[in-house]
Amino acid sequence: MENPRLAYRIDRHSGVSTYMQLVQQTEQALRLGLLQVGDQLPTTREVVESTAINPNTVQKAYRLLEQAGLVQGRRGQGTFVLRTLGDTPIDSALQDELDDWGRRASVAGIGRDDASALINAVLDRHFPSKEQK
Amino acid sequence: MTALQATGLTRRHRRSGPAALESVDFALPTGSICALVGRNGAGKSTLLELATGVDRPSAGRLTVFGEPVGAARARVGYLAQDQPLDPDWRISDVLRIGAQLNPGRWDAAYAAGIIQQGDLAPRTRLGALSGGQHTRVALALVLGKRPDLVLLDEPMADLDPLSRHELTGTLLGHATEHGATVLLASHHTGELADVCDHLLLLDGGRVRLAGAIDDLREAHLSVTGAGDVEELAAHTVVTHQRSGRGTVALLRPEGVLPSTWHSTVPTLDELVLGYLGSPAVPALHLNPAA
Repeated sequence: MENPRLAYRIDRHSGVSTYMQLVQQTEQALRLGLLQVGDQLPTTREVVESTAINPNTVQKAYRLLEQAGLVQGRRGQGTFVLRTLGDTPIDSALQDELDDWGRRASVAGIGRDDASALINAVLDRHFPSKEQK
Repeated sequence: MTALQATGLTRRHRRSGPAALESVDFALPTGSICALVGRNGAGKSTLLELATGVDRPSAGRLTVFGEPVGAARARVGYLAQDQPLDPDWRISDVLRIGAQLNPGRWDAAYAAGIIQQGDLAPRTRLGALSGGQHTRVALALVLGKRPDLVLLDEPMADLDPLSRHELTGTLLGHATEHGATVLLASHHTGELADVCDHLLLLDGGRVRLAGAIDDLREAHLSVTGAGDVEELAAHTVVTHQRSGRGTVALLRPEGVLPSTWHSTVPTLDELVLGYLGSPAVPALHLNPAA
């Protein structure tokens, strides 16, 4: 029997834009094994009916997942999983540097909120394209 | 292709006094889902009535898929604020009337499906339905003709959140599957941000903002800075206020902002509130040249 399609849930107050929530929930499903190679994502119509969000938002999210090589849209058939996600490969040198920064910030006695504000300011400066919604 | 286009559209109910709509220009691309926003009396209902042919313009033109409104009537579905359905009718009567009124267009299975999704028995009388159920039946009557252009006048204003969510999903499902264009008058701008991709903001019968929501947002900045509003004189400032020792403002940037100001892209809510609160700020049309 066919499995039920992935169910997205939208949090309007999360501060994360809606298409990014779809991307993140799909990635999480690929990481947790909710989706396997060959499984079909819900159609755009199914997503807009269940979540009441704009169809362009769904298509934007699917396009990003496609560009990341995770899924493939097949004309007239739907969108299918190409590969799943295991451990996320993060550049360990970058991670070590950030960890070191966190340690030094903590030693310097700045609070968690100040550290978070600094990091957010850096993220805003270097990743300006991520829209806020 | 343009689904709905207004050129100099004007509607005057009386010879003197303000017009309900005054020289309104906009073009709604086919397939767009457009929020129609404005205060009560801004002209939203008048615009929808002109687009359905219930009312006629005093001046100017309105076309639906390039045709006069009257010629395109079969392709348009209209859900008014109050749905005038007889409480003695059964749901099955409404569906039968839908079939009779829309020969050649009526999709009986689709309309019945919308009723079924609400767990409604076709023999139920309309008088026995809740507000959400009643709107579901009215929506089935509108969408059952599979309209290419759907016009809705705050149909879900009084519904509970779950009914509103479900019926919005049904509406968007039709738009997605059918490639239909939607013009949705509503006050719930917070929810509209996720539902709509275009905005038509009316105030006092005139257009204040028109275009794709992402384009409109990206044409503005929400800024915070330690300086005074005079530092922003090169830009079109929509709203501003003192905040601590500095200033927060919503503006249309004309060139580069002073580097000491922190800026973000405003939300749809910020844009709507900003423009409604500042009637003197010039309108912004970002419609594609039609």
